[in-house]
Amino acid sequence: MTFPYTKEVLEHFRNPQNVGKMEDPDGKGLEGSPACGDMVAVYLKVDPDTLVIEDISFESYGCASNIATASMITEMAKGKTLEEAKTITWKEAANALGGLPPVKAHCSVLAVEGLRSAIRDYEEKHGMVVENEATTVEVVSKRLKHVMNPMAGLDIIRTELVLKVVVEEGTVRIVLDIPSTHQFAAAIKEDIVDKLESLWDVESVTVDYIS
Amino acid sequence: MFNETIYLDNAASTRLDEAVLEAMKPYFFDAYAVATSEFGYSMGIDAKEGLERSRKVIASRLGAQAGEIVFTSGSTESSNMAIKGVLSALKGKKDDHLIVSRLEDFPVLNTAKKLDKQGYKVDFINVDGEGILDLDMFSDAITSQTALVSIQQANQEIGTLQDLKGISDICQDKDVLLHTDATHSFTRIPLDVSKLPVDLVTVSAHTIHGPRGIGALYIREGTPIDKWMDGGFQESDRRAGVENIPAAVGFAKAVELVTSEENERLAAMRGRVIERAMADIPHVTLNGSATSRLPQNANMTFHYVEGESITLHLDMLGFAVSTGSACFSRSLEASHVILGIGGDHERAHGSLRFSFGRFNTIEDSDAIIDALKDVVTNLRAISPLAEDN
Repeated sequence: MTFPYTKEVLEHFRNPQNVGKMEDPDGKGLEGSPACGDMVAVYLKVDPDTLVIEDISFESYGCASNIATASMITEMAKGKTLEEAKTITWKEAANALGGLPPVKAHCSVLAVEGLRSAIRDYEEKHGMVVENEATTVEVVSKRLKHVMNPMAGLDIIRTELVLKVVVEEGTVRIVLDIPSTHQFAAAIKEDIVDKLESLWDVESVTVDYIS
Repeated sequence: MFNETIYLDNAASTRLDEAVLEAMKPYFFDAYAVATSEFGYSMGIDAKEGLERSRKVIASRLGAQAGEIVFTSGSTESSNMAIKGVLSALKGKKDDHLIVSRLEDFPVLNTAKKLDKQGYKVDFINVDGEGILDLDMFSDAITSQTALVSIQQANQEIGTLQDLKGISDICQDKDVLLHTDATHSFTRIPLDVSKLPVDLVTVSAHTIHGPRGIGALYIREGTPIDKWMDGGFQESDRRAGVENIPAAVGFAKAVELVTSEENERLAAMRGRVIERAMADIPHVTLNGSATSRLPQNANMTFHYVEGESITLHLDMLGFAVSTGSACFSRSLEASHVILGIGGDHERAHGSLRFSFGRFNTIEDSDAIIDALKDVVTNLRAISPLAEDN
């Protein structure tokens, strides 16, 4: 019997650790979207004095590598401080799992992003973020690196799906290198709006297509 | 090693029937010569007889004449040959307009897409929520310049049957050639070209417990079609390359082994899977038609969970099925069939196809739903979408 994953991945897939929705989490992150494919939610309980992650859990609407990575990364983050947990990379999680198929990278990267976005959520809620930096093309592009191109399994910046970014007085306009009739057009748009509309000085986000 | 596996992916390919292998053997070890002309040596004449007998079996199942059957390497080649061969033959006579449905399998779909890029005019006709072709839209799409229509008889994923009678009548009325991909319906659903005005039919062996690497194309006598692979003069100068006689003989045997009793048995198995899934598992949607459906196919979406996770759990429990989820496919694209019937990515994401064959039993239907119940429950327990479960 030959399964498509390592035995560590299969073990975490079969018996995922730290699963379930958490009541009253101190921090919460949600990455991905059902329209676009996989989705993962990460919940944190943090000791306010030491900033140590005391409890962590996740939910996944995803494939095996998504579930296994979320299980592994929540194990790795538990007991660490927020600063330490922030530095856990996808590569470290993938290595701990004995490797992941490259084509499945984006499904598992989501789990890492879920953890980071839960930490950011905690920091924002607890006044630990000095934001008010004005939104620029660079800020927008950085956020767009978290929007996946489902055709490639990589983000839309790296796969050059973004033709143009315009930031003007509280409005952001993105032009994508796909036609509006493309099967992923609506899903990618939804994901972009989701990532950008939370920026403090952005009032509206529009997404256009080449045709 | 896989003795215990319950294999429910017969639409992808099937286990060879032993009787097929037995029928093929003499053409590997005894009459192994190429088919010679009637003035050749005796081993070649015997080989040729095996080939021609096989041709007759396949022709007769389609209501065709033996001379109208061309052996190919499979469905992909048959459909490529039908579409490219006809368009080439009609170039300059009819203005290169092709019509296909949105749900076609890749041999037709991707041939059409490539021709579209090369400057042919291609229309992709919509289907309704069950996958049934919109006949009005179809009829309106035909122009005096339409060279060929290619509409499948049954769908590879959701098993929906098209109204081939209605479609062929429209084509005959408007004097347009019609090709149908019958890869999944051949011997399972009747198709008689002496009654239906269908001009070209793609069929294949490996979906009915025959060998891989052999298929055929029915070409109605007089249909304009160019040879598209150059080489020798085999198959009455319609398809070049040494004939795969053992496989052709195996194909014919596989056709003979399919009976209407078997098709009824398969229909009972797929009926049981649908009925039990609907009764035992909440939030399930049937994909395709409840009535106009291949006997061997069931396809359902299990909402709030992802298909590759389901199939991997089922694999570890000894079941082989497939899903329309993007995560499972080589292209990482969600099923164009589920999207084509108006489903969203979520519906494709959690879709499973169960396809039955000769070596399945009705107990397999019960076993997979028993297993699936737990798998789906466990995956929903960790899904952020399944709030109310």
